[in-house]
Amino acid sequence: MNGEASSPVNGIRQEAFKAFEGMEFPTIKHEEWKFTNVQKLVKNHYSFSQETKLSADEVSNAFIEGIEGDRIVFINGIFSEEHSSISASGLTVKSLAQAFKENKDVVEAHFGQESNLEESTFAKANTALSKDGIFIHVPKGKAIEKPISLYFLSDAKNEAIATTPRNLIVAEENSQVTVIEVFKTIGENQSLANNVTEISVANHAIVDYYKVQNEASQASIIDCTKVIQGKESHFTGTTISLKGDIIRNNLDITLDGEHLDSYMHGLYLLDGTTHVDNHTAVDHKYPNCHSNELYKGIVDDKSRGVFNGKIFVRQDAQKTNAFQNNRNIVLSDDAKVNTKPQLEIWADDVSCSHGCTIGQMDEEALFYLQARGISKTRSKAMLMNAFAGEVVEKIKVEGLRTYIETLIEERLHA
Amino acid sequence: MKEAEEKELLEEVTGSEYKYGFTSDIEEDRAPNGLNEDIIRFISAKKEEPEWLLEWRLKAYRHWLTLEEPEWANVTYPKVDFQALCYYAAPKKQKEVKSLDEIDPELLKTFEKLGIPLNEQKRLSGVPVAVDAVIDSVSVATTFKETLAEKGIIFCSMSEAIKDHPELVRQYLGKVVPVADNYYAALNSAVFSDGSFCYIPKGVRCPMELSTYFRINAANTGQFERTLIVADESSYVSYLEGCTAPQRDENQLHAAVVEILAMENAEVKYSTVQNWYPGDSEGKGGIYNFVTKRGICAGDNSKISWTQVETGSAVTWKYPSCILKGDNSVGEFYSVAVTNNHQQADTGTKMIHIGKNTKSRIVSKGISAGVSQNSYRGEVKVMKGATNAKNFSQCDSLLMGDKCGAHTFPYINVENSTGQVEHEATTSKIGEDQLFYCNQRGIDTERAVELIVNGFSKEVLNQLPMEFAVEAQKLLAISLEGSVG
Repeated sequence: MNGEASSPVNGIRQEAFKAFEGMEFPTIKHEEWKFTNVQKLVKNHYSFSQETKLSADEVSNAFIEGIEGDRIVFINGIFSEEHSSISASGLTVKSLAQAFKENKDVVEAHFGQESNLEESTFAKANTALSKDGIFIHVPKGKAIEKPISLYFLSDAKNEAIATTPRNLIVAEENSQVTVIEVFKTIGENQSLANNVTEISVANHAIVDYYKVQNEASQASIIDCTKVIQGKESHFTGTTISLKGDIIRNNLDITLDGEHLDSYMHGLYLLDGTTHVDNHTAVDHKYPNCHSNELYKGIVDDKSRGVFNGKIFVRQDAQKTNAFQNNRNIVLSDDAKVNTKPQLEIWADDVSCSHGCTIGQMDEEALFYLQARGISKTRSKAMLMNAFAGEVVEKIKVEGLRTYIETLIEERLHA
Repeated sequence: MKEAEEKELLEEVTGSEYKYGFTSDIEEDRAPNGLNEDIIRFISAKKEEPEWLLEWRLKAYRHWLTLEEPEWANVTYPKVDFQALCYYAAPKKQKEVKSLDEIDPELLKTFEKLGIPLNEQKRLSGVPVAVDAVIDSVSVATTFKETLAEKGIIFCSMSEAIKDHPELVRQYLGKVVPVADNYYAALNSAVFSDGSFCYIPKGVRCPMELSTYFRINAANTGQFERTLIVADESSYVSYLEGCTAPQRDENQLHAAVVEILAMENAEVKYSTVQNWYPGDSEGKGGIYNFVTKRGICAGDNSKISWTQVETGSAVTWKYPSCILKGDNSVGEFYSVAVTNNHQQADTGTKMIHIGKNTKSRIVSKGISAGVSQNSYRGEVKVMKGATNAKNFSQCDSLLMGDKCGAHTFPYINVENSTGQVEHEATTSKIGEDQLFYCNQRGIDTERAVELIVNGFSKEVLNQLPMEFAVEAQKLLAISLEGSVG
């Protein structure tokens, strides 16, 4: 490559590159990838996880203001001690590479969880290629009040960059933690983040996980988040996707205990040619559990929103309550929505429902507002805000909620 | 309910026989087993078909050879050995039959046993219904042909249509389901032996229900019938289809194709009561029902409505669909699918909105009992030019017993900003409170379940023509007998 074939860095790069190229990535003939064509992503030439330095300004520009708590920064997939601040006491926050050496027991117990679902080539590639990521371990009975923010920055100023962060979050019994994950690309070149996060929520623990995807328009994210929940635990996953090239989110939750609650919230507000694909799967294995899913989307211009929600209710999972809802507004004739809410039920004493709608703005509501002297643009923005509001108001971290509200406000008035 | 009672009820189910499981001793004419170009030539020659049709069949066969059996459906079954099947079996014909008296009395008896009177004097519940009776691969009798001919309606077997109206058949055959459409449709195109053909001329409202009755009789055969319905401008027809098969230990294949064309302002209503032999309580035997049904609303303001009651078959793979091409056209799909014992059903519909202001409605009710698996798989697609398209889908599942499964796979794809698509689905079991309420009023559990299931399916059953609705209601009750503890 570029006549520097003999350099050792290039050797590693090519090795990773070969491994990546040799893999068979899904085509649109694959049922799970029917509406998301990743061929252009995998055919691209990337540089893999190059170490680089960013200035303090460049890093802090990516930060969401108004969120307290620890900030952990990864640059091109590598932990940056310089830009991170870790002050919370009583828990372990460190790079996964480090944790592999120092917290062997915990890591080994939770790394590479089993899932009933077929593992995608991307997740496999991550396992093979990943060098670093975050490791958070919250011990028994410990509640972390302030959220932990994770910033994954890609420096694409000089070349296209691919990163493969691998994260592990372990919340032990009776503990509580909130995590916010932000992906951001700096520079004009393309970036691809092939991220895998494993979250283990032990008995009675509470975990809130937020994903903020407001990327550069040439940046793509392929994310796979696997959650395993113990009895009487709570997990809330919130995914906010606003901008990017191709964003694919896989959220797999295994309900591995009784009497637990699981919430999945999602909002995608798309314009340009952004393509967002949310695949979620909930596996009810034990009785008396409750899962609730709400994904809402507004697609404009030439953007595309894809949703696939799966609910599995195993034979033993009697008295399951599982709900799923996907609502979409299509604003332009070039925008597309593909949705597939899917229920697979093997138990009989359950209450499950799913619903999805695709439509436009309510003409009557619009007329009502206009009749009261509010301009059409303003009325539309108000209605869309209200539509998105149902998801946004579920965000419990105030600073984050305000930030998302501002972004939506900006988008709708643009 | 107590365990002992439950067991007793369960035994009752396993004891309840498939009513139509008898075989008739009819002399038959069969082709040798296996599938190759010679067999296709044999079938074509046997039916004295024109050259173009043979070519068409061969084209389908050659394409079929390149295809692989689809595996995406949520069903598992031992694969069909296509070389072990017989592709042509027909009751031996003596000569041209003019009146019903000349028909083999054994055949008449068969249909009488099934409750299908071929004798025109014995009208079904006093309402005239024209019947085309198809046994194994061949149509044996069509009633009320003359009455219909007065109005210009053509209703006959496919082989007759090929002989008497080749221009019509050639114009429309394979227009909705092309030979290369899918694995089973290609197979059907290659080897279909008969079926019904129906043409309603411009402006004619068909005065009676048209009906085809399918019966598999011979062993080791596959049944491949092909139905083609053409409703010309401003016409109306209501079409019924019923099917039964004898009880056999081996699985039999039924791969039919139904094509419907509705021209401007035409309306076609197609109802099916599918009661092929479902196999015994151990899951042995039964029919594989792999059917391609599709209608096209070719003209503006046309309407196609599918109603199906699926109670039989060991494995069902069936998606009656509508292509809404004409502006303001309407597609409907009403379905009740019941699975019990080891039955598996993967059924649903496709609504493809192409024209402006097109509307579609899907109501699907799935009832699973025993160790059966019941899936709804459907697609609603709003194409770019389909301004103001509307769809409403509802699929509800009812589960009885903790060993069965209910699944929904709806695909919704919208490419137009004025499209309105709604989908909702629920899954639940029969409420204890509902059962208690009935019990309290002296209605035993069995009867109460019947009542609740009928209520659950009412929206669909209401769409059926009167005579069929009664039969379907009884069928639901029989299929589910004692399946709730």
